Amino acid sequence: MYSEKVMDHFANPRNVGEIADASGSGTVGNAKCGDIMKMDILVENDVITDVKFKTFGCAAAVATSSMATEMVKGKTIDEALALTNSAVAEALDGLPPVKMHCSLLAEQAIHAAVEDYQKKHAKG
Amino acid sequence: MNKTIYMDNAATTATRPEVLEAMLPYFGQTFGNPSSIHGVGREARKAVEAARKQVADSIGAEAREVFFTAGGSESDNWAIRCACAAMAKKGKHIITSAIEHHAVLHTCQAMEKEGYRVTYLPVDEDGLVSVKDVEAAIADDTVLITIMTANNEIGTIQPIAEIGEVAKARGVLFHTDAVQAIGAIPVNVNDLKVDMLSMSGHKFHGPKGVGVLYIRKGVRISNLIHGGAQERGFRAGTENLPAIVGIGKAIELAVAELPEYAQRMTALRDRLIDGLTAAIPDIRLNGHRTKRLPANVNISIRYLEGESILMRLDLAGIEASSGSACTSGSLDPSHVLLAIGLPHEIAHGSLRLSLGMDNTPEEVETVISELPKIVKNLRAMSPLTPEHLR
Repeated sequence: MYSEKVMDHFANPRNVGEIADASGSGTVGNAKCGDIMKMDILVENDVITDVKFKTFGCAAAVATSSMATEMVKGKTIDEALALTNSAVAEALDGLPPVKMHCSLLAEQAIHAAVEDYQKKHAKG
Repeated sequence: MNKTIYMDNAATTATRPEVLEAMLPYFGQTFGNPSSIHGVGREARKAVEAARKQVADSIGAEAREVFFTAGGSESDNWAIRCACAAMAKKGKHIITSAIEHHAVLHTCQAMEKEGYRVTYLPVDEDGLVSVKDVEAAIADDTVLITIMTANNEIGTIQPIAEIGEVAKARGVLFHTDAVQAIGAIPVNVNDLKVDMLSMSGHKFHGPKGVGVLYIRKGVRISNLIHGGAQERGFRAGTENLPAIVGIGKAIELAVAELPEYAQRMTALRDRLIDGLTAAIPDIRLNGHRTKRLPANVNISIRYLEGESILMRLDLAGIEASSGSACTSGSLDPSHVLLAIGLPHEIAHGSLRLSLGMDNTPEEVETVISELPKIVKNLRAMSPLTPEHLR
């Protein structure tokens, strides 16, 4: 039911962990629904130089988190904000229809982390 | 890669070679329609009736009380829908439990839409139905009590004989879904005092697509499937001859081997529970510790989601199942786990390992050594994991 890419990112997830001095972080989802994603980003000169995630969820949730981190690493924050769930799903060679909401969560987690950064940045 | 370890026997079992061998002649050689007058038809009829007797003898019933169906779900649908229909004059109230299989639960929900009142009895933290609750729920218009013999997810065995006693004393029809119980614990329709009982062939090493509804002599029931005069006019459709031969052979073997099987499974089960509990912090056993199917292990692994655990196990060659939302195809985790009081996030992290006759002590040890590694790895990835477990 899952593509080879999904299985690869699930079995060998990229960028797992946390960033101690993150420029921004975002947590989306809730345990009740069975999905929580936490994203930490490190931003230098408007570019995301590092990104880490932690995910509680199914294989699709883990794989979309992993793929989303790869897609925004090295990108500007504007490029990261332009990331869509369908682009994440596409990069994974598709997701089963019942799992599409997982890709939405990955998009939201990235956006939440960037918005957190922007909020902090505006204040600073 | 090593041979896979199959621990999902509550989902389905492999058809035993002896069963397959008994079935084979009824595809090509003795293929007749049991309703036909000629020789090959008469041979087929003989085989169906022999299987009926094998089933009857295995549950303490008479052959004429055994009706073949297409499986457990049909048996449940038939028992609930059609026994109620035959009792329409008495009333429209059904008593069941919150942890029934969907074949019962969704049938009851469909009956509600048709004007029936359904009482869904709660269960305690071990998944047990209270006999007192059953008794208290009986009203003047109660036509049917349907409570499963043993739960498919958590393995809890219900006090069926005691509920049967109450039902009998109060004159209410009593049906039990014994799909998980046949071949796993002793099932005798007279000891259990049930009026109807459902079973499914593929749960005890018989073929898929065949089941039985036991209907006690004297119980009035209408047809679910209308048509020809098969099954004495109660269930139309040309008999699934090879499968019927298969379920007869499978139940005969299962019941003959039950004491040895139960003893062996109980030992494997308890080793699995003890070994996993010792090796993994923050897990809990779901279901009753002793009033439990001999081959059922169901644990909740905190901070994790079930599908991830299953898929990692699968990558390690271990096949199991879960009650998480992601595996149930809905947004909610299993209704059984919620009914025993688990919060959603803990229910999402459930894992069922259902043993079978082919499992070995070595396989159990492999699971006890592999699962903790998977859990540790996934917990390192989970934002819910507390500091001390990372």
